[in-house]
Amino acid sequence: MSEAGSGRASETRLEALKEQALRSGAVTAEGIRASGGPLPPASPTTGYYGTPLFHEPTWTWEIPLYFFVGGAAGVSAIIGVTANINGLNDLSHDARLIAAAGSVLSGVLLVSDLGRPGRFLNMLRVIKLQSPMSVGAWTLLTFSTAAGVAGAASLIDQPGGNPPLRLLGDCSAILSALTGAVMATYTGVLVGATVIPVWATNVRTLPAHFGASSVASAASLLEICGHRQRGLGRLATLAAAAETAAAVHLHVRTDRSLEPLKRGLSGALTTTGALLSGPIPLALRLLGSRSVRSRQLAAVSSIAGSLLTRYAWVSAGKASSRDSSIPLRLDRPASTSEG
Amino acid sequence: MTVTGFFTDSTLCIGCKACEVACKEWNEVPGDGFSFSGMSYDNTVTLSASTWRHVKFVEGEPIIGTGGNGGAEMTWEFSSDVCKHCGVAGCLEACPTGAIIRTEFGGVFIQPDICNGCGYCVVACPFGVVSKREDDGRVFKCTFCYDRQIAGLVPACAKACPTESIRFGELDTLLEIADARIEHLLSSGMTDATLYNPTDSSVGGIHAFFLLRGDPRSYNLPPDPQVPTTLLAAGWKSAAATAGVILAGSLLAFVLGGSE
Repeated sequence: MSEAGSGRASETRLEALKEQALRSGAVTAEGIRASGGPLPPASPTTGYYGTPLFHEPTWTWEIPLYFFVGGAAGVSAIIGVTANINGLNDLSHDARLIAAAGSVLSGVLLVSDLGRPGRFLNMLRVIKLQSPMSVGAWTLLTFSTAAGVAGAASLIDQPGGNPPLRLLGDCSAILSALTGAVMATYTGVLVGATVIPVWATNVRTLPAHFGASSVASAASLLEICGHRQRGLGRLATLAAAAETAAAVHLHVRTDRSLEPLKRGLSGALTTTGALLSGPIPLALRLLGSRSVRSRQLAAVSSIAGSLLTRYAWVSAGKASSRDSSIPLRLDRPASTSEG
Repeated sequence: MTVTGFFTDSTLCIGCKACEVACKEWNEVPGDGFSFSGMSYDNTVTLSASTWRHVKFVEGEPIIGTGGNGGAEMTWEFSSDVCKHCGVAGCLEACPTGAIIRTEFGGVFIQPDICNGCGYCVVACPFGVVSKREDDGRVFKCTFCYDRQIAGLVPACAKACPTESIRFGELDTLLEIADARIEHLLSSGMTDATLYNPTDSSVGGIHAFFLLRGDPRSYNLPPDPQVPTTLLAAGWKSAAATAGVILAGSLLAFVLGGSE
């Protein structure tokens, strides 16, 4: 590079060029790429001019919200049964209603994200166990039917009322609890079993992470509805502890594929979501377990954190899809003669 | 029916883009607009819902004596990229509607009347081929000219190729031709010639494979592509364990009792 060739565009740079031209009669410099900025070459260490290998995930705002709502509804359905078994009928009633409402909202969100919402029923043409999206569509269908019936039965039923109705309601509630357990966790498999590096490397972590997040949001929603059972508090505390562990687990690993969880917008979302769903509610619940106010604050924090966390993961997936260095193994040395 | 394939021999490609145009015209694929990428002679940039053939222009360091078009100044490789029609296709596995099928010719085909635009195939393709057309809502990619193949015709890109860089035919025959070609090139001194066909990975070989010069990564071809279905077992095990813990935990939490 010549002596005048190192600066950026500026008045000083132009003067330096003129000075060099006057002095030596010719100016040489590397110049810039014609696109207007430095462009990586096509090479084994930069890929094809640095263009992304993958297309960005197409999911819009509905999908992370669906992950949150579907998960919370799924665990609510579980609480609807386990509370009932333990004689907590008011809690069971409200949990079943939340599950029913959440299951309907889940369906709406999932359908509206489709490029062709009118073709949602095409999801029910086939059952494909190798496609988490297919398993999810069938699970949601079963779950929303069961949760809807259980919720309706719970609304209609009077004390000492109709035994067949109660039986139908209880059977539906059990089915909704079993499918609810899938609703709370399958979205982790859905996201994990893809080519997107930050998702794929966490295929084991994601179902547990989303499951814990779902428990926290369901228990917290019920607490906000005014339920004070110790059982709910225990569930929410354990979930907050699990979320704290998940956050630490993701943060301490130095794997390059995890960078979108630590940097940029997706990193900020991840950190905020992790704080709100992990250490903050955990501290509030452990230190202020006697105080209704701190329980309520913890509940609000958990719900906000749980929601943010799902947005953070989708945002991180979009950032990860733009970085080809992992799927293209750009860190590996070039080998010129193979084949 | 015989399994058909594409053998794209980049050493014969002259970068004319007849394949891109032929594909767009035959399949009535919409335009991508005019934009200047600054990437050599390539303003197409990438395969997408509206680009099913894409000629890559890879500029390299000069190789004296075998320097390609640019003489001693630089090497200039052209390679017409296309959907790989994987032996085990991530998009096909992921599709929840059954819109993506394997045809009688072994190709991977998206039925446009079935696709509901869920977008899951986009994140399941290890080559970044499938994408969604936002104004349409559905996903699109190379059809392997399924319509033309049914009619006994050669795919549009292969027919329009003036140098037989894109060869279409029976897959097994093409693999033999490719082996002979690479042997010839290597023995002629073109030591950087390489075949790109990941047969050892979980995609189980590709039906549209490539002969390239240099490292496939310069062409955005992943060295070790994997079908995401290989991750399912790990994911579902974790989901099942978590679901069990949630069910049991929720029961125990209330069994222990207590209010306020």
